[in-house]
Amino acid sequence: MSVAPTLVFAVGNPSRGDDAVGPLLAERLEAAAVPGVEVLVDFQLQVEHALDLAGRERVIFVDACVDAEALFVEREVYADAGFAHTSHFLAPAQVLETYRRVTGSEPPPALLFGVRAHSFELGAGLSRDTERASQAAWPRLLELCRG
Amino acid sequence: MNTLPLETAAHPGQLRRVVIEPLSRVEGHGKVTLLLDEDGHVQQARLHIVEFRAFEKFIQGRPYWEVPVMVQRLCGICPVSHHLAACKALDQVVGATTLTPTAEKIRRLMHYGQILQSHALHFFHLSSPDLLFGFGSDVARRNIVGVAAAYPDVARQGVLLRRYGQEVIRHTAGKRIHGTGSVPGGVNKSLTAAERDELQKDIYQMVAWSRDAVRLVRQLFEQDLETYRSFGTFEARTLSLVRADGAMDLYHGGLRARGADGGTIFDHVDYGHYWEQISEEVKAWSYMKFPYLRALGHENGWYRVGPLTRVTRCDFIPTPLADRERREFMAFDDGRAALSTLGFHWARMIEMLHAAEAIKDLLHDGDLLGTDLMTGGKRQARGVGVIEAPRGTLIHHYRVDEDDQVVRANLIVSTTHNNHAMNMAIREVARKYLDGRTLTEGLLNHIEVAVRAFDPCLSCATHAVGRMPLSVQLLDADGSVAGSMVRG
Repeated sequence: MSVAPTLVFAVGNPSRGDDAVGPLLAERLEAAAVPGVEVLVDFQLQVEHALDLAGRERVIFVDACVDAEALFVEREVYADAGFAHTSHFLAPAQVLETYRRVTGSEPPPALLFGVRAHSFELGAGLSRDTERASQAAWPRLLELCRG
Repeated sequence: MNTLPLETAAHPGQLRRVVIEPLSRVEGHGKVTLLLDEDGHVQQARLHIVEFRAFEKFIQGRPYWEVPVMVQRLCGICPVSHHLAACKALDQVVGATTLTPTAEKIRRLMHYGQILQSHALHFFHLSSPDLLFGFGSDVARRNIVGVAAAYPDVARQGVLLRRYGQEVIRHTAGKRIHGTGSVPGGVNKSLTAAERDELQKDIYQMVAWSRDAVRLVRQLFEQDLETYRSFGTFEARTLSLVRADGAMDLYHGGLRARGADGGTIFDHVDYGHYWEQISEEVKAWSYMKFPYLRALGHENGWYRVGPLTRVTRCDFIPTPLADRERREFMAFDDGRAALSTLGFHWARMIEMLHAAEAIKDLLHDGDLLGTDLMTGGKRQARGVGVIEAPRGTLIHHYRVDEDDQVVRANLIVSTTHNNHAMNMAIREVARKYLDGRTLTEGLLNHIEVAVRAFDPCLSCATHAVGRMPLSVQLLDADGSVAGSMVRG
């Protein structure tokens, strides 16, 4: 079965304050129905998500980012064989490494699209700054997907 | 206030403090503090939960029909367990005392999918690095990538077992996350023949890999029997659900509490009145409460839940391969493996095998394709739902007013039930491995190994980039930082 060449993987919990920014951008992206783009959303990245990378030409991880130096940041991500400790979730680099280990082949090129975030309280909405960051990030995310 | 050995030091201000914060490979915001005297002897050891979890406030005021979907956002680790526990409670509110066969079997299939994927993640991804390489082994190797390099089949099987469980959830809940499959009174979809056929294709492989995983844990015990027998081990009372005939039942049953000697404290108790059996104590040093059995009081009534309890305290497992493994586990080392904290890993893999077998059986049951999905009855104001989640007993309790709003909610999650038991485990490890010794990363990891055996979920479904490093700080008695180490 063929898959869309571009995978956008949005990560976050919609009920945890600024953590919702990834899923909210994913919602807009799905509504935009960009050809050749598949959008997936989950609370957090996990080992099985490595299998979603199979057959892709590129992957864009969209996530809340507490150490973003601007409203949104773009960082190339590479498989990281050196990570020492993990939790019930993985970082994008660790998903790529898991893909490499499980499939024996190199993962697709990957980009982390991080939106500046601050607070993660249960039941809270987006903070004002992250709302602003989300609005600023949207045109660029769309451009990346169409590019 | 009652206090146990190593829970509270006599003169904490004069002691050196070691903080492990947050715990790696443990979900959420937890930390361990150790107070050491001048000679490095442990005087106090505590597992703290440093995040206040306002679950109940998050739920109160919502229409009851929204609750099964929104409670999935409480926890990014076991959302399906909250989804199903909430539905079981709200079944009572809508008067659905008995579900249709299709609805109950679809829910069970979803639940076993959750058990399978959760247990696979914990063993293969979070615990196998410690177990395969050693608790104090090279930290650069002690991770899933190290496992993948040294044991590629084990790592690959872990990923594929996890993926299979997620596919079961997707087909039964309707989507990968925020599923709506289960609703008060039943389910809103059954399986199509195509969905059933797709899941049937791989299930025998899942059963075989699950059985291999049980054997792998047994080998680990055999290779280092003394460590596995004694590591963080303590006597504990237990609490779990069991079926009316005493069988393991992870979806539904009555409450069974046993003493450390296996003697019955209560059995087959209707969980609809759980508060008559269980109460919760607050301690000033932790946001997480300490549940206890009322009959024994707060000093003696703490207990342990989860896979080790369920496997050792049921009368049998109603699937043949898992039950055979249970009997071997119970007999191993004259029964001592079944009492050990690291026995959690063996029990967890037996449950994973049971889940795989149960999924296989359900996938050959025609009711899964049925169309009779919902039932109802006389509306009630209150509902209690209890389920055996991957980590242990999970209680949801709601009161709903005439306007359909939830006016009261009480949740007791698995990790809260195990709060006291986890503290007991770290004190045992601190006493045996850390007392009087120079602390190293490997030794501190022993504490984490003890906590991880319980697979606690400290409930934080956030994970934003840049968060969650592990930092270990050594502080002097006056609180100043004497040394620190960050990893993550």
